[in-house]
Amino acid sequence: MVALPVSGKKANDRGGRPSPFKLLIANRLSAAGLLLLGIIVALALLTPILPLPDPDITDPAQRLLRPGVDGHLLGTDHLGRDLLSRLLWGTRVSIVVGVSATLIAAIVGSLIGLTAGYAGGRSDNVLMRGIDLVMAFPYILLALGIVAVLGPGLLNALYAISIVNIPFFARNIRGMTLGLSRREFVDAARLSGASHPVILFGDVLPNVLPTIVVTMSTTVGWMILETAGLSFLGLGAQPPQADLGSMLGEGRKLLFTAPHVSVIPGVMIFVLVMSINLVGDGIRDVLDPRLKSGALAAPGAATTVKREAVPEKPATDAVLSVTDLRTQFQTGSRVYKAVGGVDLDLAPGERVGLVGESGSGKSVTALSLLRLVPTPPGTITAGRVVIGGEDQLAASVDKLRRLRGGKVAYVFQDPLTTLHPLFTVGQQIVEAVQAHQPLSRREAEAQAIELLERVQIPSAKARYNAYPHELSGGMRQRVCIAMALANDPELIIADEPTTALDVTVQAQVLKLMRGLSEQQGSAVLFITHDFGVVSELCDRVAVMYAGRIVEIGPTEAVLDAPAHPYTRKLIDCVPVLGEPDRRLDAIEGLPPPVDRLPTGCAFAERCPIVEPRCREGDIALDPLSDDRSVRCIKPYRMAS
Amino acid sequence: MWIYIGKRLIASVPILLGLSVIVFAMMALIPGDPATAILGSYATPENVARLNSQLGLDKPLVEQYFIWLGKLFHGDMGRSYALNRPVADEVFERFGATLILAGASLILCSIFGLIAGIAAAVRQFGWTDRVVTFLVLIGISTPSFWLGLLLIMLFAVELQWLPASGMYAIYGGGGPLDLLAHLAMPAVTLAVVATAVIARLTRAAMLEVLRQDYIRTARAKGVSERRVIYRHAFKAALVSIIPVIGIQAGFVLGGAVYIETVFQWPGIGRMLVNAISTRDLLLVQGGVLVVAASYVFFNLLADVAQTIVDPRLR
Repeated sequence: MVALPVSGKKANDRGGRPSPFKLLIANRLSAAGLLLLGIIVALALLTPILPLPDPDITDPAQRLLRPGVDGHLLGTDHLGRDLLSRLLWGTRVSIVVGVSATLIAAIVGSLIGLTAGYAGGRSDNVLMRGIDLVMAFPYILLALGIVAVLGPGLLNALYAISIVNIPFFARNIRGMTLGLSRREFVDAARLSGASHPVILFGDVLPNVLPTIVVTMSTTVGWMILETAGLSFLGLGAQPPQADLGSMLGEGRKLLFTAPHVSVIPGVMIFVLVMSINLVGDGIRDVLDPRLKSGALAAPGAATTVKREAVPEKPATDAVLSVTDLRTQFQTGSRVYKAVGGVDLDLAPGERVGLVGESGSGKSVTALSLLRLVPTPPGTITAGRVVIGGEDQLAASVDKLRRLRGGKVAYVFQDPLTTLHPLFTVGQQIVEAVQAHQPLSRREAEAQAIELLERVQIPSAKARYNAYPHELSGGMRQRVCIAMALANDPELIIADEPTTALDVTVQAQVLKLMRGLSEQQGSAVLFITHDFGVVSELCDRVAVMYAGRIVEIGPTEAVLDAPAHPYTRKLIDCVPVLGEPDRRLDAIEGLPPPVDRLPTGCAFAERCPIVEPRCREGDIALDPLSDDRSVRCIKPYRMAS
Repeated sequence: MWIYIGKRLIASVPILLGLSVIVFAMMALIPGDPATAILGSYATPENVARLNSQLGLDKPLVEQYFIWLGKLFHGDMGRSYALNRPVADEVFERFGATLILAGASLILCSIFGLIAGIAAAVRQFGWTDRVVTFLVLIGISTPSFWLGLLLIMLFAVELQWLPASGMYAIYGGGGPLDLLAHLAMPAVTLAVVATAVIARLTRAAMLEVLRQDYIRTARAKGVSERRVIYRHAFKAALVSIIPVIGIQAGFVLGGAVYIETVFQWPGIGRMLVNAISTRDLLLVQGGVLVVAASYVFFNLLADVAQTIVDPRLR
């Protein structure tokens, strides 16, 4: 639960994964819990040889002594018995009972879960309905019912708590086993003629063991608490035997005269359970990192900007003017420079394609413009983004908010995940309208329906009340476009809006975007990995590689005669209709990892015409002609 | 929607029947002869046999079950021998008191759990987050019966602000204010663990949701951050929070056993503990059945609420 980010990250940085124990210790809270638990367990183990009075010897003359009096460090109870001695003996009982209950629940529950998950079908059904039935009872009530049947007593309380906890194990383990028994290695074992028990305990069990351990470590504190509770009610340990719960129960009668008799065992239960919970959380974080809450950093409203250098403000009438934009992600000590200095201008109404392989930094560039890159781990470290004459990297969150969806609108890739699943599409468009225009609900609704019609959604009025999951992929993307158009934006940033769609739907959506942009005069920055899409839609194209633009120019010119070797390779990858024999060159090699960029040209490793001087120094994006630029020291010329 | 609720209602019938089988089996499993238990160990064999046939205990178990179930439908849960009154009367009277206590706790833990969880998630890694995380750890590790004792010592004995026990004052009691004063400590004590559990889960659910693409979409269209958190993120998080609140309903109903004992609250939990000690098994049977059935109902409510929030489940 309490995942300390600093220590956790340190552990991840090491090349090999450190031992689980080291990871556990690296978490400060778990380490503290472990220390505390170690002390308690050591005391409990040593109790028989410690110089303590017999916990059951009564001495009425010495009754209800306050702590610290007469050699009774924690005082005495109503029968004059030494409380320290009773506390330690009681702790022994409580730990043994809690751990035993956990073991019984874990063994029985895991066996049920393994059997149900592995056998499947009818056995699974019968077993799990039984488990459901047990879970239909309120937790403690069932334990009470079982004690009522078996009769009060510590052992019976232990059984009751075990039975009540069996469902947790059975359910968790069944889910895991169900997944595992469909996997290849289980099939392989089956084909090799191994018997079911051998497969179950030899192949499946080792894989679910971490889950069993995690479930145990997170429930053992709970079970100690519950057995103490039953003893407190007088249904567990019976005198003269005592556990922490029954001591507390006896002390309750003396609450007003001698509070220490009940306070002390309570403190012990609390400290014991808390230390176990701390260790349990630590174990869970180590064995099941997906559940670790600290790993899920939630992004804030806007990307953090920490600029070392701010470039001069350009004198331009462009809708968007980007100068030396740099964005990086930091995880642990590694810094991924996703965007490493991008310059880009968009004139009013202009459509520019930003092309590159996945990981080239094109989407991060798009998101950086209005600071939508998640922080943590993203930070914008340099550059200037001028929209509407102002540097948006210096703007307040509120100014950004007014720009977002207003003058500048986004359309994202996968419309299924980008639309909110719990609101109707109408509500979501109305929200976009009302975020920027002071309209009444009714007016905004009318506008939303009009927008749905504009993106050619048939029977817009009926679709207004549809939820995203009720629409097809193409319809959903149309809704996203309608939402982007809500406030007549000057600039639409479309981040791979057609990638998640079928080819025929892609063409429709592209046609729609082209028509709308022409009709409305909005500039479009279109992020894609597909040159075919670019040639359909864009006036100019910018090619990105390893976080920087390597070539930019009018679409036709670049497509006809690519100047950068990378651009040429990229265009060669596009299949052409009617030329089935054309060789589809996949580009050999991989882009360089952006946390370890080489000096010189980032493409050098994969370049067919590389020379030693390519790797020597930074290569600038130099003009090739008046409307084209390329980042290469020996670009292909028209003639080549 | 209504079709779904109907379906869900029908689906809970087998669960209720299963519960009744378990509760009936529990009592049938008990070693010893109820007639002997009632008449005492000096009873003559003839008298025992006569009582056994009077109670229908000489019939086969399956037949006994259906007779018992038939009586249950008519509100007949048998008679408590220790209290000498019908079990149903006693159980429902006590259950009312438990519902007041459990309901108040459920309201408290939902409100504070949600607020703490959201606050922690929104300021992840900040001070609020650390304080909430720490309090959650304390909350889930505290034995509620002990916390109750501490509260009594502080608020009833030391400060004398609140009454230490009972539901109404014995002299001149009654009225909602008196009830509220008596309810405050037990309801808070009972809510502590559940609040911690809900806060922990709400935090995790909010953090998970805040990373989703649709939250980025909301920000990209210029929705205010307040609205992003409380409308977009919270509604999505509710889908996984509601079932946990349903589980807490069961937890609070069960945990009432401790709290009612500590605060002498005249609810069904304290009745059960006494009935177990006096071996008044019909009373235990009736009590367990009513509480378990009400838990099924709470879960049904949680399911319906979840369906209202999430249209994909309809």
